[in-house]
Amino acid sequence: MPKFVVLWTDAVLWGAWAATLAYAWHVRRQPHLSASWRKVWRDGAAMSATVVLAFFMVVTLLDSVHFRRALPPTAGQAAGQVFHATRTESVLDVLLAGQANQQEATYSRPLSYQGFTRVSEEVGGEVRRVHPRLQYGGAHLQDPERQWLGDLAWRGGLGLAAGALAGGLLLLAGLPLARRQDAALSGVPTALALRRLLADRCELPWRAGWITALLLCLLAGLAVGLGSGYHVLGTDNLGNDVFYQALKSVRTAFVIGTMASVATLPFAIALGILAGWYRGWVDEVIQYLYTVLSSVPNVLLIAACVLMVQVFLDKHPELFETGAERADLKIFMLCLILGLTGWAGLCRLLRGETLKLRELDYVQAATAFGVGSLRIMHRHILPNVVHLVLINTVLDFSALILYEAVLSYVGVGVDPSMNSFGGMINMGRDEMSRDPLVWWSFSAAFVFMVALVLAANLFADGVRDAFDPRARNLRPRLGLGRAGQRRAGVTGESA
Amino acid sequence: MLRYLLRRLAYGFTILLGVNLLTFVLFFQVNTPDDMARLNIGGKRVTPELIAKWKVERGYDKPMYWNEAREGSDKLTQTIFWERSVSLFALDFGRADSESAGDIGAEVAKRMAVSLQLALPVFLLQLIASTVFALVLVFFRGTRIDFWGVVLCVVMLSISALFYIVIGQYLFARVLKLVPVSGYAGGLTAAKFLILPVLLSLLSRLGTEARLYRAMMLEEIGKDYVRTARAKGLSEAIVLGRHVLRNALIPILTSAGGYLPYVFLGSLVFESFFAIPGLGSYVIDAISGQDFAIVRTMVFLGSLLYILSYILVDLAYSWVDPRVRLA
Repeated sequence: MPKFVVLWTDAVLWGAWAATLAYAWHVRRQPHLSASWRKVWRDGAAMSATVVLAFFMVVTLLDSVHFRRALPPTAGQAAGQVFHATRTESVLDVLLAGQANQQEATYSRPLSYQGFTRVSEEVGGEVRRVHPRLQYGGAHLQDPERQWLGDLAWRGGLGLAAGALAGGLLLLAGLPLARRQDAALSGVPTALALRRLLADRCELPWRAGWITALLLCLLAGLAVGLGSGYHVLGTDNLGNDVFYQALKSVRTAFVIGTMASVATLPFAIALGILAGWYRGWVDEVIQYLYTVLSSVPNVLLIAACVLMVQVFLDKHPELFETGAERADLKIFMLCLILGLTGWAGLCRLLRGETLKLRELDYVQAATAFGVGSLRIMHRHILPNVVHLVLINTVLDFSALILYEAVLSYVGVGVDPSMNSFGGMINMGRDEMSRDPLVWWSFSAAFVFMVALVLAANLFADGVRDAFDPRARNLRPRLGLGRAGQRRAGVTGESA
Repeated sequence: MLRYLLRRLAYGFTILLGVNLLTFVLFFQVNTPDDMARLNIGGKRVTPELIAKWKVERGYDKPMYWNEAREGSDKLTQTIFWERSVSLFALDFGRADSESAGDIGAEVAKRMAVSLQLALPVFLLQLIASTVFALVLVFFRGTRIDFWGVVLCVVMLSISALFYIVIGQYLFARVLKLVPVSGYAGGLTAAKFLILPVLLSLLSRLGTEARLYRAMMLEEIGKDYVRTARAKGLSEAIVLGRHVLRNALIPILTSAGGYLPYVFLGSLVFESFFAIPGLGSYVIDAISGQDFAIVRTMVFLGSLLYILSYILVDLAYSWVDPRVRLA
């Protein structure tokens, strides 16, 4: 029986997921909130971005169930006593067992069957410098030079076909959901609904979302197909699979993005509202606090805190059992630090908004009825600043992922033993100066990170447009604007 | 004006006191000099004698706040708090923790000049390039140029600065061999080494800044005075250049002011990637060498510069917009 390990970050990620579900349930019951969220997804880019983020989220959650395998009993071991491996694995590691465990000697090109660097080998009494065959990548080929391309095409094609099938199934599975949510699709025959969806003649851009999902399915299929026999994105200098590293880095990015932006919230919300509501000396003190914090250049403050955490962890080895737990504790601390040092901006925003809100009639009325301060802040102020908090949090998410890479480069980011985009870029930097060029590790980091950050940014823009009435005017539009075209399309078509 | 300045400076001083207290608590209360010594010596060979020696060498062996062993005012001055915290206000930074590094003050003065050479052109060109780009987008608002321009901005701001650096270095220095990969030399040859980091630094922030400035300008463009200007028959270019730009300059300056400290502190990432011996790479070396004295000094210096830049920005307001009276 494996021993399940709940790392700090696992708990937070699953907690965040539960909170998201709870929020979704809350949104369903609030007409004005569901209307705003529909507005988010009316934007095709935001819809596609949601699909991409959901995909990455699934990867993250799979990578957040950790356990340690039970070791086979050895002689002299008491009955019923079980020892566990020191290596902590996740469900994702099991799914990608081929990638995770098939370690080559050193660099190899993507999809290659031979090593990147030449080694001396004796061929018929003569020493020659040759590319060695890889231990795992393409090991099944008897005559690689002839079979390689054919094998790639066969595996890739099979993967693509499976991906396309999955995409098709997804469309059929998603259709009922779309029909429930979309006025143009409900109440019409299934075939017509499907036709409308594919012609993009409905209220929400389901087609854009589905095409994104289909592309992801195709890519995943291709990766699985080719990954069955090769290292899809090559291996790094220690022979580790780059594709596997990139997927593992997604979790690190998610942890930083989610946890650090959530960690700012308690301070920002509580202090911001208190300062705006009580004004006077409370306001002065809180303003002083956040001015002090924000007047230290961010990276320096974080570096100082991380150095101190390092000292702390060195002094308390009893806090963790395995290397993974140590790394996890470090990233957990890093997120707390980012939260502790990053609340000033949102706090200032909320203070200003509260100052404005407290003069409004309904708050004045509540005061006149003798409602207590705490109750007013909780019942009347907080719900009216939540949209600012939401916008800020989603905007922070992508910024923090970018920040992680810089911090890891500076040496105050995540533990070096943990896969992260910062670490991959850092390695890629040396590899780019090699001759011949080792480009795959860096490129993998680039593609995965840009996909994640771009999706997060597009989603955040959608949220901001929907929840901040002022931001909507700043959206660049082509001609009529998407929403306008959409409405015209829906009403112009006769069912 | 003068009274305003004095008041701002006084408030800045109290903020600086807070920063100083924060760093002191962080570096000396949360973790004592003993812990730092242990980390700095490292490994298994930590003995009480070594720790004591390390502390004596770096002057951490004194009492924290009050030195009973001394006479008169030395009771106060011969303490860690005085030497490491109070003396910062006199810009006396003391000596670095690691054995090879010397006096921090001299090093900072030398390196700040180098950082300025890199960061000042970046700062000015950034302001100009982003403003021009944003003006073009605003001029063509509602058209394809605006739409795709904003799309370009979003894509550009989704790419980490590290990617710009690595790709730029590879492309311009290794493939095209236009400039050296990294390094620095004094005098006029510095330009050869600085041109690539300046260019890449510009590119890496153009997306963020241009999009922000565009939003600020669009905010202005809906206002009455713009309509009046158009009604007078002014051309769109003049409306934008003379009216909208001037009014948008206030928020633009505020956001640009946030970068001012980095003009002096230099960019950590760019300096270290291009091996430019400025303050940024000084910090990075200090962090990787776990030199707490340097990190502490830079935190203090950074906030000092931050406070001064915001006062500068405030002065710039009244220059840009005569309606703003500083009192």
